[in-house]
Amino acid sequence: MRLLLTLFLLALAHPAAAQGIDETINNIFADYTGWYVGLIFANLPGTNFSWIALWLVVGAVVFTVYFGAIQFSGFMHSIRLVKGDYSDPDDAGEVSHFQALATALSGTVGLGNIAGVAVAVGIGGPGATFWMIVAGLFGMATKFTECSLGVKYRNEYPDGSVSGGPMYYMTKGFQERGLPGGKVFAVVFSVFTILGALGGGNMFQANQAHAQLSGVLGGYPGWITGVIMAGVVFIVIVGGIKSIARVTEKVVPFMGIFYVLVSLAILFKNYDDIFWAFGQIFEGAFTGLGVAGGFTGALIQGFRRAAFSNEAGVGSAAIAHSAVRTNEPVTEGYVALLEPFIDTVVICTMTALVIVITGVLNQDPETGLYIWNAEAGRIATDAGVQGVELTSAAYAASFSWFPPLLAISVVLFAFSTMLSWSY
Amino acid sequence: MGQETFVVAYDDDTNDTAVLDCAIARASKAGAKLVIIHVLEWSQYSFLSNEELAERHKRRTEELSRAESHVITPALERAKAAGVEATGIVKHGSVADLVVKAAATEKAEFIFVGRSGSGEARARIFGSVPLAIAQIATVPTVIVP
Repeated sequence: MRLLLTLFLLALAHPAAAQGIDETINNIFADYTGWYVGLIFANLPGTNFSWIALWLVVGAVVFTVYFGAIQFSGFMHSIRLVKGDYSDPDDAGEVSHFQALATALSGTVGLGNIAGVAVAVGIGGPGATFWMIVAGLFGMATKFTECSLGVKYRNEYPDGSVSGGPMYYMTKGFQERGLPGGKVFAVVFSVFTILGALGGGNMFQANQAHAQLSGVLGGYPGWITGVIMAGVVFIVIVGGIKSIARVTEKVVPFMGIFYVLVSLAILFKNYDDIFWAFGQIFEGAFTGLGVAGGFTGALIQGFRRAAFSNEAGVGSAAIAHSAVRTNEPVTEGYVALLEPFIDTVVICTMTALVIVITGVLNQDPETGLYIWNAEAGRIATDAGVQGVELTSAAYAASFSWFPPLLAISVVLFAFSTMLSWSY
Repeated sequence: MGQETFVVAYDDDTNDTAVLDCAIARASKAGAKLVIIHVLEWSQYSFLSNEELAERHKRRTEELSRAESHVITPALERAKAAGVEATGIVKHGSVADLVVKAAATEKAEFIFVGRSGSGEARARIFGSVPLAIAQIATVPTVIVP
């Protein structure tokens, strides 16, 4: 603790040196992880569409077709399952479908909805929202598939606890069909999940938490947030001080509900602009409304951010849903398909609407096109903010008290996401 | 007329045997049998963390066996000692709903419930279990002080 304090004071005394530390760390990571990030997010030859986003979209479309648009035909059935209409009263006290959904949602609703959407809309324009919704709707079929499999092929231990996820269903599923390679895929999945946990699960979280904190508290070196967050996560995971984790886990759902309520309040306040905003979203989806890359620019950003936010096809959700107690694995698939709907179609759209309505994206009043800041590679904004700060600025336009509360929420979201990746 | 049945809503509060004693005394006089129900308060809408989800089944099994050994078995022994026929039920869910439902399935003539159970402050905010039972019961209900 004393060491941290000393470092903090040193940094305050020598801001230039601290900025140097941030840059050095950035450079080291760029050198070591650059090739990996480059490989994962590599674009298809001759386009600026990454193969990984395409792969997720193709998968989602295949699942949608194969299961006969289950996300639409089975939607009401999903709601009835969550309400407990089909639950056996003798099973009371077991994990209910509602609880599995709530826990999985609290894992996915977070910075993806707050910061990720701002990144998408900032680069791809309002039209990115349309494609995000489309990707979210298709993603529901992916979630349905992976969570059904997660429950079907989970491991049950003698003490009654369960664990499941892609590593189990790939191994067992391939074996069952007499196909080779299941184990190899399971190992590959595990390795990539660990790397993903490091990048999306931890680095992006800490990065955005810092962006919002320094926006509220005034600029200070990024490594301080990094060291403190890493320290607390270390204490919880390695030191075993579970009480911090327990408090965070219980508070985070309320943060999510609070965020949704504030979003609704802003939309309600500006209800006469909602139709206009949807108009911008539709128009931008097919023309780009001035963003670089036009229609494809919007499409790519939308698809990318949807995948990042709802994690459909990533496999992480299947791990959480496996805990539910059911003899019918497919019921959990039905419940899980609501997740991308709530996360992406509802909550992400709310963030996007608020950003569009509050006018933080600079627009040319004559042409109605958005002003492109070529240097930064995104739409020009007031004060040049991006990511979570853009969301913060949009919400502050309606409620000036919002940024500090958002900062607390973002830190908690970031923290709980980091912890949930350790699970 | 066949043998009567009384449902007893029984808490695990060890000081609160008044309701059980009263029900046993009445059952003994009437030659009735007792159905002793103990409900573990549980909502399918409460929020659980990932870890709690994974351990839930194990915990539930532990809760049920604890309730069986610490609440129901001693209560049944008490009834047996007084020469009253009795069976026990342990369930998860809302206390009032399940007690009233049990009375319906068992075709009980009376419900016995203790007045104590939840603290006064809690009762003022959420309403107490005996009051809730009294309001939704479909058979005469005896509230034992």
